[in-house]
Amino acid sequence: MALNDANEGFMKTLINSIKNAGILLALIGLGVFLSIVSDVFLTVSNITNIFRQVSSNLILSVGTALVILTGGIDVSIGSIMAFSSAVAASLMMKVGCILASVVGLLVGAALGALNGIAVGLLGLEPFVVTLSSMAAVRAMTFIYTKGYPISTVPEEYNVLGSGYLGPFPIPTLLSLGLFVVVFLVLRYTPFGRHIYATGDNEIAAIHSGINVKAVKIAVYTLNGLFAAFAGLILVARLNSAIPTIGSDAPFDAIAAVVMGGISLSGGRGSLLGALVGVLLLGTINNGLNLLRIHAFWQGFVRGVVIFIAIVIDRFRATSRGK
Amino acid sequence: MRFKVVLVLLLVVAMLGITFAAKITIGYAARNLFNPYWIAVEKGIKDAAKKYGVDVILYDARNDPATQRNNVEDLIQAKVDVILITSIVTGSRDSGAAADEAVKAGIPVIGVDTSCGSPRVAVTIRTDNVLGGRLAGEYIAKVLNGKGKVIVLEGPAGDTNSALRVGGFMEVIKKYPGIKVLASQPADWSREKGLRVMENLLQAFPDVDAVFAANDEMALGAIEALKAARKLKSTIVVGFDATPDALKSIKRGEMSATIQQHPYEEGYMAVEIALKILKGEPFESKVVMRPWPWGIEHAIEIPATLITSENVDKYLK
Repeated sequence: MALNDANEGFMKTLINSIKNAGILLALIGLGVFLSIVSDVFLTVSNITNIFRQVSSNLILSVGTALVILTGGIDVSIGSIMAFSSAVAASLMMKVGCILASVVGLLVGAALGALNGIAVGLLGLEPFVVTLSSMAAVRAMTFIYTKGYPISTVPEEYNVLGSGYLGPFPIPTLLSLGLFVVVFLVLRYTPFGRHIYATGDNEIAAIHSGINVKAVKIAVYTLNGLFAAFAGLILVARLNSAIPTIGSDAPFDAIAAVVMGGISLSGGRGSLLGALVGVLLLGTINNGLNLLRIHAFWQGFVRGVVIFIAIVIDRFRATSRGK
Repeated sequence: MRFKVVLVLLLVVAMLGITFAAKITIGYAARNLFNPYWIAVEKGIKDAAKKYGVDVILYDARNDPATQRNNVEDLIQAKVDVILITSIVTGSRDSGAAADEAVKAGIPVIGVDTSCGSPRVAVTIRTDNVLGGRLAGEYIAKVLNGKGKVIVLEGPAGDTNSALRVGGFMEVIKKYPGIKVLASQPADWSREKGLRVMENLLQAFPDVDAVFAANDEMALGAIEALKAARKLKSTIVVGFDATPDALKSIKRGEMSATIQQHPYEEGYMAVEIALKILKGEPFESKVVMRPWPWGIEHAIEIPATLITSENVDKYLK
């Protein structure tokens, strides 16, 4: 089933995902509502602003989607983000921004690979594996930084978080670029099909000759790499690496992915849904601010909107005869 | 002709009316709204806004620097006239890039209590932590008559506020050759950690005359340790922050003194300075040169106050 999905034409896939994602209705509805009640919401600068604000969650959600599509879960990406960004920030003055960033990305990928080895080779439960790496890597971050924020980030590095290429913010271009690449890989390459197959029916995948272990190691490694990437963007946005950063990050990413219709049991869903999920979360946060909803109510409203989005999605799924 | 002139005049009046009727809006990017200290800052801002007839938009970052950055961006989108920022992580520059962004969009930025870490911030209004530390040092030196043994409990390693408070304290203590600092250790702002660190230190240094803790929670922990060791009666304990628990402790005769900061006044003053900046009026601030990557900082420092058993009733409500 999933294998057939992957072979469908791009337009058909696009139309299907849009038709199937009740979440898109929620996003459009919210957008229309906010455009009516706020004169700021539907402006080019505010929409650009939203895309820039969601850039790190979009990167994290892309990686999280890969993991969830294989039937796994990864709650360690917030810690990986914090550790790899601390390593990168601490090296920037010594070896330059580019090399420091590369080291940060490699650290993230290596930590992700450890998760992948534990899940793929040892066959351990993904939630438990990543829960323990979440705690251990966060502790490593505190040990490495001694609890200090690292603020010795060169001014030039800001470009990654605040810079523009023409009218487009650089973090937006980077995150959308990553999204497009991973989207194409999922749709058109054997690796993409193997990810779906692994999550859809692991035994069948093994019998059809797919190296399921390698697929799992690969997706957790990529998730670690992407977490480090999101961490670098945050360093640029905050002028510093902060050891406590990202504790909510895995949950925002999981919320976006699941709201976008990617099944937690694996094998089903489109990355486009995850993008819509990310945008919905970002629009909620931006809209609550523009409407001046008090901080204490914001969390409540966020919870209710996520719930409604999932309910809409669920009912549409039921009416499709699932 | 006459009609045209009247029309033009009417238009001008209408436009002026619109210009003046447009209320000034101040945006406040708060650190969190669940700590009494920051709630006091918020109240100061709101009271001042009410008095001067300006509008306040308040966004709360719930202690998350990434949310704070988004909130400042949303305040820029909301086209407020001034942005007040309380940066999240003391000692980092986590709101620096956001402040730069606001200034680039033509919106002046004022730091409230903590430094944003950008030289483009117009001014930062904060409590003079160094002065508070000095007050504590002078008090202890006076009560000890310039002779005795002191233990210092610090905030987390690397915390700027702790460094400033302890720095001011040590500056005074160094002037008294008869006063010896036995140990200066971090107890991470917590009562429980203050208790444990003090218990350990009492094993190593059984005769101590005074304790200076860089906040009240650690001081209250130290008091518990001293009580258990039956040494509280002979030891002076000085805290910092003047929390309600600390004031009660002073009233009971357990804690000797604490330092009062002025969060409400910080918030109130931030609004007044914001209005001055918008009207182009001058105000006094001092220039602080901090090492790279911070650079120049303009600051207005509200003096801290010493509270002892003599004046504690005034602050106990």
